[in-house]
Amino acid sequence: MRAFDSTPVAKTERITRLVADLFAKMPEIEAARAELITESFKETEGLPIVTRKAIAFRHILNGLPIVIRPGELIVGSTTLAPRGCQTYPEFSYEWLEAEFDTVEHRSSDPFYISEETKQRLRKVNPYWKGKTTSELARSYMAPETLRAMDHNFFTPGNYYYNGVGHVNVHYDRVIYEGLEGIMAQTAKELSNVKFCDPNYGDKRRFLEAVIISCQAVIDYAHRYADLAEKEAASQTDSKRKEELLKIAKTCRHVPEHPARTFEEGLQAFWFVQQTIQIESSGHSISPGRFDQYMYPLYEKDTDAGILTREYAQELIDCVWVKLNDLNKCRDAGSAEGFAGYSLFQNLIVGGQTKDGRDATNDLSFMCLDATKHVFLPQPSISIRVWNGSAKELLIRAAEVTRTGIGFPAYYNDEIIIPSMENRGIPIEDARNYAIIGCVEPHVPGKEDGWHDAAFFNMCRPLEMVFTNGIDNGEVASIQTGDISSITSYEEFKAAYKKQMDYNIALLVNADNAIDRAHAERCPLPFESCLIDDCISKGIPLQQGGAHYNFTGPQGFGIANVCDSLYTVKKLVFEDKRFTLSELAKAIEMNYGQGFDEITAKEAAMQVVKTLESRGENVTSDVVENVIRSVMTMELPAEEKKHYEDIRNAIIDLPKYGNDIDEVDSIAREVAYYYTKPLPDYKNPRGGIFQAGLYPVSANVPLGAQTGATADGRLAHMPVADGVSPTSGYDLHGPTASCNSVARLDHADASNGTLFNMKIHPTAMSTEKDLEDFISLVRGFFDQKGMHMQFNVVDRQTLLDAQAHPEKYAGLVVRVAGYSALFTTLSKSLQDDIIRRTEQGLYR
Amino acid sequence: MEDYSYLKVKGRIFDIQRYSIHDGIGIRTIVFLKGCALRCRWCCNPESQSFETETMVLAGRSRVYGREVTVGEVMQTVRRDMPYYSRSKGGLTLSGGESLLQPEFAAALLQAGKALGVNTAMESMGYAKYETIEKIMPYLDTYLMDIKHMDPMKHKEWCGKENTLMVENARRIAESGQVHLIIRVPVVPGFNDTKEELLAIARYADSLPGVDEIDILPYHNFAEDKYKGLGRDYPMGDAKRPSMEQMEGFRDMISQNTGLYCQIGG
Repeated sequence: MRAFDSTPVAKTERITRLVADLFAKMPEIEAARAELITESFKETEGLPIVTRKAIAFRHILNGLPIVIRPGELIVGSTTLAPRGCQTYPEFSYEWLEAEFDTVEHRSSDPFYISEETKQRLRKVNPYWKGKTTSELARSYMAPETLRAMDHNFFTPGNYYYNGVGHVNVHYDRVIYEGLEGIMAQTAKELSNVKFCDPNYGDKRRFLEAVIISCQAVIDYAHRYADLAEKEAASQTDSKRKEELLKIAKTCRHVPEHPARTFEEGLQAFWFVQQTIQIESSGHSISPGRFDQYMYPLYEKDTDAGILTREYAQELIDCVWVKLNDLNKCRDAGSAEGFAGYSLFQNLIVGGQTKDGRDATNDLSFMCLDATKHVFLPQPSISIRVWNGSAKELLIRAAEVTRTGIGFPAYYNDEIIIPSMENRGIPIEDARNYAIIGCVEPHVPGKEDGWHDAAFFNMCRPLEMVFTNGIDNGEVASIQTGDISSITSYEEFKAAYKKQMDYNIALLVNADNAIDRAHAERCPLPFESCLIDDCISKGIPLQQGGAHYNFTGPQGFGIANVCDSLYTVKKLVFEDKRFTLSELAKAIEMNYGQGFDEITAKEAAMQVVKTLESRGENVTSDVVENVIRSVMTMELPAEEKKHYEDIRNAIIDLPKYGNDIDEVDSIAREVAYYYTKPLPDYKNPRGGIFQAGLYPVSANVPLGAQTGATADGRLAHMPVADGVSPTSGYDLHGPTASCNSVARLDHADASNGTLFNMKIHPTAMSTEKDLEDFISLVRGFFDQKGMHMQFNVVDRQTLLDAQAHPEKYAGLVVRVAGYSALFTTLSKSLQDDIIRRTEQGLYR
Repeated sequence: MEDYSYLKVKGRIFDIQRYSIHDGIGIRTIVFLKGCALRCRWCCNPESQSFETETMVLAGRSRVYGREVTVGEVMQTVRRDMPYYSRSKGGLTLSGGESLLQPEFAAALLQAGKALGVNTAMESMGYAKYETIEKIMPYLDTYLMDIKHMDPMKHKEWCGKENTLMVENARRIAESGQVHLIIRVPVVPGFNDTKEELLAIARYADSLPGVDEIDILPYHNFAEDKYKGLGRDYPMGDAKRPSMEQMEGFRDMISQNTGLYCQIGG
């Protein structure tokens, strides 16, 4: 590798046009894929599932309408309309039919859907009744698990309703060996399957399915070659005609054969990226170490003098635009948890090579510059930082951060690599890690990490300690005894641990049920052939074919639980300001702050259940009356004041996020309640569970399902995001927050942690500021922090954007593991982002 | 055995601010010492002026400003940001008030900073006998010294004291060669916001041996609420903040007419 050249290259007019065209219209749902897969499945009933999936994939790629958008250099679009989406009824479909009339106007990620499309989908969807992965998964779950999900302890919604995705495949193999290389390997394995192999049939069917799928992708590329030739023939602009002929030549060659040039390599990359998503419906299909696997072609072409840095940059920018052309419509609930039309295609630059040297190259800089050029939410760009990182690259990253786009996210090699080794991954593979989706470390081309397997709300088990397992008038969890029977802080913690352990086991039950459903109903031959060792084992990814298998569900709410435990420790047991029962009552009464509709309904349900248990007949009128009376209930002034006094005493306590050892050590303990039990559980693919500590954007909707907490948080407000301190509770600046967060054992959360920080633009204006900003990141990483991301935008701008969305269509903010357009987020998520502490800097 | 008695020296502070990046090199922690000799009308830390403890109400919450602490106690907070100082070459900054009004405490704090191995800086007008300053300088890397005006009478009118002692100290500090001296000038409307007055300060700074940088800081009215919170009238009334263009004009003028590097803010 030669010394890097970090000189920036200007953005071209073409990129400005491509971006403008992409956002000309609202994204739209299209019906073609749903129709094609349904047609195919009707014709293949009775065949092995993996064969049916391959035939359907071929049928989809042969039938999907194709388009080359004006000015594109890299081609391949899943929908006719830019940023459109197809649907995936084989995973689930009922939610979309239920939302046909609201999806266009919902608060998070609305999609246009035409009457015609609705008609077409209504026609094919019924075929899938009883055949989806979600229905099968549900049938595999324990009744207690379903109950826990009903009571919002956790939600595995992601893979319950969708494909899994969340992989970083062997792009490098397709680029450097071509699909022909993969097909040749597959054919060889096929001829080697022994007659006496007990899994002879399964292996043969799978390997045949791989060959069908690879050929389907090659044919799909040829369709683009044909289309480009046809368009070239009628093209009058000679320059564009030449471009189209080049596109045709490229698509005729890749991904079938090894790429001969950087440009062909990018097109091969893109066909893989696009078709995996067509096959899987999953999100977080992450390009990973793009600067590493694209580099050999870049070096070869620039050395040979057939590629300029200017053209290379324009091509990379084109790929960035394409990454924003893909889209996905999720159910309304999930859309709030993953708000911002994000596909979480994480792409990471820098870090180390497999043999532990600095990996920075020209492309590392050009990738960061591409993000500046297109200024869009995809890819989710990240940077790996290690003790030997090139300073120039970190400064360039800080320049991108300064734009306020929320990228890149910063990752610490010095803690991630050992944390992966601790899970049994050899050092060369660990050094080669990429990030999936939001924050999840992953071995490229070798892992099925099932990252993002569920959201686990750590506040809910704490509520159950106060209510003895009762929620909305019914038993919802294990019963740990009446709150008045708890006589010490240690006993209180033990009760919380019991509640956690019980619900974590149910979470495992849910994930494993869904895992089995995917194995049975959704083996994906194309995705599988791009991950080691599916071909050599003859087993699809979904059935345990990967070299490394994990399941990574994520917990959140550490700050709330930590601060709540400190309330109990300090105010109840040390200072004896009030009793646990008084605290429980204050929480139940939302600290005297009145009830919103959600609480009123919950309270009403309890009353109704009591009435019913007495044998009384409860009509809907009675329920209505109860709700109304709860909502309008005025507490006696004295009682109200009592609850408010309790809350004020709580608010005055030291909180997590202020660099206070006594409090922060509780946070460390709380994180362990979640991270420690998980690796003892196994998944059906032969791997173990590993914890993540991050919320995506689910801290807002899942917070809305959480009552008041003992840290003074009122009912239904967002819970704290990731490992970050509670918004507004960290008062001593960025270094103090960093020190608190660094006190958690990040290595134990080997599925990733997420630390959000908001920085005011004035702290990033000069060159010196950028250097200090990098020192802040490095200082946090020196103390074994794992991840950091930043919103650099002032409060006033966000408030104005909320009031005048039309003026801020392009305002990108960091949400959680990703960035999104601020104006496309729901009001409550916008409010949460505004609330996140602005780390003010000067007096 | 080494002498750690400096850790026990007591003094009065009103705040400690972490992740300060606009006062000296790198990431810094600023310790604000309470009490000042001057009463500059534009002062943005009015809670710093009196040595006495006082209560200020801000955003509806009242807080007491001023507490007795030992150097050891202060350093417990300062040392928490060691990883960031190491990475950024930053460290400890003393501000005020006028740190030199508590000379033993200031010296002990800086000594403790040096014992940690971090960069030390002090924002001060130099309002003390030179012998006092001399005792502090062995522990000080950077002296950020305010020169607000060259005219003693106008200085007295706006700041309560004449500038003679401070201007003279600036020269002696510079001549000692012991610290890196940076001159800072608040640009205050109606006080010194003319080319002539600013240039006079810059020329004086330029004449000081070893001084190569001057920072000009635009007046701002962010502190108006603090005066109200202390039950005082805001002495600057509705004076306007200098515009960016105006500041850039001053900067260019100073750069052209002196050998100094001039920056806005700093």
